[in-house]
Amino acid sequence: MRTLTRKLGRDLWRTRSQGLAVALVIGTGVAAHVLLFSTFTSLQLTEDRYYERSRFGQVFASLVRAPLAVTADVAAIPGVTAFDARVVVDVTLDVPGRTAPVSGRLISVPESGAIPVNDLTLTSGRLLNPGRDDEALAATRFATANHLEPGDTIEALINGRLRTLRLVGLVQSPEYIYAIRPGELIAADAEFGILWMNRKALATAFQMQGAFNDLALRIAPGASSADVIGRLDRLLEPYGGLGAIDRSQQLSHFFLQGEIDSLRGMGQTVPVVFLAVAAFLLNVVLTRLVAVEREQIAALKALGYRGREIGWHYVQWALAVAMSGALVGVVVGAGLGRALTRFYTEFFNFPILVYRLPPAVVIEGLGVAVLAAVVGAVGAVRRVVALPAAEAMRPEPPARYRVSAVERTGLGRRLAPWTRMVLRHLQRRPGRAALSIVAVAFSGALLIAGLFSLDSIHAITDIEFYDAERYDVMVTFRQPLSAAAADEMARLPGVRMTEPFRTVAARLTSGTRTRPVAIMGLPASGTLSRVIDGWQTFDDLPPGGLVLSRKLADLVGVAPGERVHVDVLEGRRPSRDVVVARVVDDYLGTNAYMRADVLHQLMQEGGTVSGAYLRVDPIASDALYRRLRATPAVAGVAVKQATIDNFTNTLAASVGITRTTTVLFAAIIAFGVVYNTVRVALSERGRELATLRVIGFTKGEIARVLFGEWIVLTIVALPLGVAIGYGLAALVVQAFNTDVYRLPFIVSARTCAWSILTVVAAAAVSGLVVGRRLSALDLIAVLKTRE
Amino acid sequence: MTAADGDAPVFTIRALTKVYRMGDVDVHALRGIDLDIAAGDFLVLLGASGSGKSTLLNILGGLDTPTSGEVRYRGRDLTGADEAARTEFRRHRVGFVFQFYNLMPSLTARENVELATDIALAPMPAVDALALVGLGDRLDHFPAQLSGGEQQRVAIARAIAKRPDVLLCDEPTGALDRTTGAAVLDALVRVNADLGTTVVVITHNAVIAELADRVVTMADGRLVGDRRPDRRKAVSEIAW
Repeated sequence: MRTLTRKLGRDLWRTRSQGLAVALVIGTGVAAHVLLFSTFTSLQLTEDRYYERSRFGQVFASLVRAPLAVTADVAAIPGVTAFDARVVVDVTLDVPGRTAPVSGRLISVPESGAIPVNDLTLTSGRLLNPGRDDEALAATRFATANHLEPGDTIEALINGRLRTLRLVGLVQSPEYIYAIRPGELIAADAEFGILWMNRKALATAFQMQGAFNDLALRIAPGASSADVIGRLDRLLEPYGGLGAIDRSQQLSHFFLQGEIDSLRGMGQTVPVVFLAVAAFLLNVVLTRLVAVEREQIAALKALGYRGREIGWHYVQWALAVAMSGALVGVVVGAGLGRALTRFYTEFFNFPILVYRLPPAVVIEGLGVAVLAAVVGAVGAVRRVVALPAAEAMRPEPPARYRVSAVERTGLGRRLAPWTRMVLRHLQRRPGRAALSIVAVAFSGALLIAGLFSLDSIHAITDIEFYDAERYDVMVTFRQPLSAAAADEMARLPGVRMTEPFRTVAARLTSGTRTRPVAIMGLPASGTLSRVIDGWQTFDDLPPGGLVLSRKLADLVGVAPGERVHVDVLEGRRPSRDVVVARVVDDYLGTNAYMRADVLHQLMQEGGTVSGAYLRVDPIASDALYRRLRATPAVAGVAVKQATIDNFTNTLAASVGITRTTTVLFAAIIAFGVVYNTVRVALSERGRELATLRVIGFTKGEIARVLFGEWIVLTIVALPLGVAIGYGLAALVVQAFNTDVYRLPFIVSARTCAWSILTVVAAAAVSGLVVGRRLSALDLIAVLKTRE
Repeated sequence: MTAADGDAPVFTIRALTKVYRMGDVDVHALRGIDLDIAAGDFLVLLGASGSGKSTLLNILGGLDTPTSGEVRYRGRDLTGADEAARTEFRRHRVGFVFQFYNLMPSLTARENVELATDIALAPMPAVDALALVGLGDRLDHFPAQLSGGEQQRVAIARAIAKRPDVLLCDEPTGALDRTTGAAVLDALVRVNADLGTTVVVITHNAVIAELADRVVTMADGRLVGDRRPDRRKAVSEIAW
């Protein structure tokens, strides 16, 4: 067998360019697998370790105010192992060098300094000195975004008094890996300042001595968070409990886990496409290799080599190509995985970096490459083994061609000879032509599926931030105020128009399904904030009942016209069945709307408001912000432009990565498929082409015959690719149908055009690479030797 | 395994027929052949193209199976042998030489011979086999660097290196000119004389028959002549 092995080595060298094209596809698939799964594993591990190390809570609850004595009952809930009864207050901050107002959240740290749940990791400076009421720790990302360092000061409007806080240290918290302001869906590092202060100082400033308004709990492994939440809700109800939530609904964790899970999702689909294409390419190349070596195979059989020995020889070729691609793929994938893990670690601000390449991932990668090789080789090799030796001795009978279907339509006479040759050739191997088309189509489809998300994001931005939200600034009050408060807003400098809104924490229940929501009460015909339904927005809310996001309606299990039970979690805590008047298709969050007057009726209150939308003259915005910062009733000020910027920046970062890799991946597939198609066509038809040259055809004319095939394949593949791309995009839309956001299904002409151009360019490049061989065609030698 | 096995024939062929389909037509390649081939003979099978001689040779070598009739190799039935048994038979008993050499272009002369020695039970060194056909100095040349006659002699070396019992040659000089053809025939005669290997050569060139112990003529799938020339000529004596 030694000599056959030597032949294998030389065959590999001789067929290196085709082998390389296949190995590239396999390598990319394996690299994608290793990259995505090692990053997924590493991030999951990092998250788990960080959560464990920082004792991240599993259940969270907010309430209005409860005496600390209640904590004895909290501790008695079965399964609760630790808890922190905190004071958490939202304020406005005055950050040096920033004119726009910054929302702040102050969180109490126990006087002892030992934080039982959601422990902080110090990244610079020091922790709080006990007893100090002017010291604060700031979230590292907030500080970095605002160029703040330990020793700097920051002003906070605490209970009507502007207080100067000295930042003594910068910290990271598992609770705010993504710093998302209440009521928003996108991290706002610079505009949301999370600060930690000594409990006594905070409690004193907000009259919360001996009391708490926020709970973070850890529960025993195996304990049911649903049970704990049920007991906690009953316990906290008299104290204005706003409904406890599980870790899975904690905003920062939700986003982080979503990001990590999407890596796994990609890891499960992308490599499969590659390896399927690779198996197909191996089959095409190997079938040709076997055909070329038909007489060598006969000689080996005559020498007494067994069918399986010869078969194994060719399987080895496939394995060598697959394994070399796969091994490079593992190394490249691991390198990229390390880089991506580092990127994410910094992006999420994890204080620890763990990169783990589980051996199972490597084995899976290599195993799947071997599988692709074997699947690809099996058809070609089966033919070798089954080929009777005596038949192999005879030259392959002339390929059976027929007049092509296109010609039979009567077009035949009008087609040029080269066109007829191309059509008949394609028709002779319809299976192979079909698979080539599907493979090229998939590269186009991958592009569309990877690129359309940008279209969706543009669409969301347009409709959410321009059609629906027409205000410039949203002001939230610390607590519900009378309607007069909104009128006062109108008198602030630069304010052209105001519109009040009322938001109420509630729980929607239907049967056994229940969801916490904030019901948004909007004026009967407001103009500054409209409700989205599909591609439309509207402001004429129905005169009774709720308007729900479709996602929310699905989660609770109600349809328009049905009734849903509403438990309001504030004020007089009314509990009532309310009809679902309308279900709307919107894109961000799970929203519940009511006409403000209907909501007031439900709440048995007058014209209470929770905040106001403002239209602002940009020239006066600085003056307005100054006034708002100094207004104690204001808990938060959100500037729409900053929200838009955060939204686009955050998405641009992750979309940028996806975009680059998708284009690269798809181009590799298109190149690999077209290169091998043309290369095999050249090998199969070298004699034919040389004969044409001898007869007197020019190089350009024979190039038409050769490239005609892939031009036809590509032309057929493009619309199919667009169709598959739409299908994949629809799957992505479905996969991203979460309660945080839904992607609208929109594929722009621009995305289609880019996808098509990329495929055509990859095909053209591979065509040119093979084209150089066409010039080198040895006319005499080709004709002298027997095929 | 050699002539020492006595006077029993190497091959006993009875009522052998072969019909195969070529495209859409049935080809009657063999229409009832009866023939015994004696050990150590240099047998030439003469016939025009299409006379069925290649089919007969392929069946003798276990490359093909007959439609009906019987072939025995040293008393063992080849007709009923399955693919695996026929492979083992080729592996250890038979050497093949083809008109178009069928060398592996990616292997050198020595390596092409080693393909055979790798799997044989008691092979001769590849170098010796090549020396026997007069190519001792072309060991490391690739097929593309050798003339047609040299390539055919590599094929012969590959066939004899495993010390086969019979050497089956299909038009071994068909693609060669006179001088190179002579060197190839010389190699075959030497193998027959020195190693005692039974040699069957098929050709449509009647001149080559003058080298033979026995000349069998075929036409249209039947035996039409069988004679033993009075005197075997040497390669240098024949003119073609």
